[in-house]
Amino acid sequence: MSRAHAATAAQTIGPYWHLIDDAALADLTRFGAQGERITFGGRLLDGAGAPVSDACVELWQSSPSADARFPGWGRCGTDSRGAFQFITLRPGPVAGRGNALQAPHLALNILARGILTRLYTRAYFAGEALNASDPLLLLVEDPMRRASPLAHPAGPGAWQLDIRLQGPGESIFIDI
Amino acid sequence: MMAEPSDFYPVAPGSQPANDSPDYGSTHLRHPRQPLLRFPHTITETSGPRFAATQFPAMIDMSAVAGRAALGERIVVAGRVTDEDGRSVPHTMLELWQANASGRYQHPADQHDAPMDDNFLGSGRVFSDAEGRYQFVSIKPGAYPWRNHDNAWRPNHIHFSLFGAGFASRLITQMYFPGDPLLALDPVFNAVPDPAHRNRLVAAFDLALTRPEWALGYRFDIVLRGPAATPMENPGDHR
Repeated sequence: MSRAHAATAAQTIGPYWHLIDDAALADLTRFGAQGERITFGGRLLDGAGAPVSDACVELWQSSPSADARFPGWGRCGTDSRGAFQFITLRPGPVAGRGNALQAPHLALNILARGILTRLYTRAYFAGEALNASDPLLLLVEDPMRRASPLAHPAGPGAWQLDIRLQGPGESIFIDI
Repeated sequence: MMAEPSDFYPVAPGSQPANDSPDYGSTHLRHPRQPLLRFPHTITETSGPRFAATQFPAMIDMSAVAGRAALGERIVVAGRVTDEDGRSVPHTMLELWQANASGRYQHPADQHDAPMDDNFLGSGRVFSDAEGRYQFVSIKPGAYPWRNHDNAWRPNHIHFSLFGAGFASRLITQMYFPGDPLLALDPVFNAVPDPAHRNRLVAAFDLALTRPEWALGYRFDIVLRGPAATPMENPGDHR
């Protein structure tokens, strides 16, 4: 394998990235997307359990497919409680490698002051039958840790997942 | 194992900063201690958002607000966005933000004792053309103190955000200026392990880009991860 150039190095997004933010970006249904509308939110916590209040959380989902009415991508800043919340469409199963099928999931990039290279994680939906055979979840041996990317219901159409950057209950971050 | 058509090159050794970078204090409580989970890319990682200029209008000149010029040294920044095989990345969005000439951001959290400039808002957005080329106008950002260590100052820099082909190509980085004495002292810049990769974050002064009687020109080329042209033997074997 060879390449002409390696990718440019990442640097932290820093504390002032809100200069490119727009609160509308957290609503992936703003262009009139049709489907099962959900909210997906949570809190972002550091290794001391303190809220990370200056982070940028970016969401991408490959299901349902992005089109003119559904961007598939959103951005949300965390608030003083470390909280973020997206409005989006509930994803369906996603093709995996080979013949594998992945459980419905959301992809999340965590960017913040003190994070030099984005942290990549996923959110799954508690109670989905496909979680039991999801190729990524099956890689995690410890059952507690395997359950850590599962978002839980928090009211009708509302899903909640806290993300812990470090320490007890540390979220699963993926080498992307 | 057969490679799938959309496999990306793995991250090149030494090319990316580690999140556990002790000289940068804010990393202490914000880096995972568990090893990253190794999981080969699927369509979730190799696909990504597309941005239309109709929904994300270009803002190519940060150097003025409503025709009123910002204070500072006017600059033109231009370059080319390519993938790791050298192919251009056309029509891709670049988001930009930076401090003003005094070293202060137009942001409520920035309390640095330096003047604001209401003629400098400090954010921009451009799209690369069909050959991956981009260009914007701004003013040279100032250095500012940041309390990471005693007498710590960030070198002059412009923040860049790019998306590329897939969620795995997402890049947030900073462009620096040649000859800045603060670069050698900066834990963020120096967190990139390999100096050859680190120094690619420093733009080149380019007289050909300089506009006579108007602005100095700097060239900053950007490489994004993307699908490898030739299949790899071990696509899941990252790093």
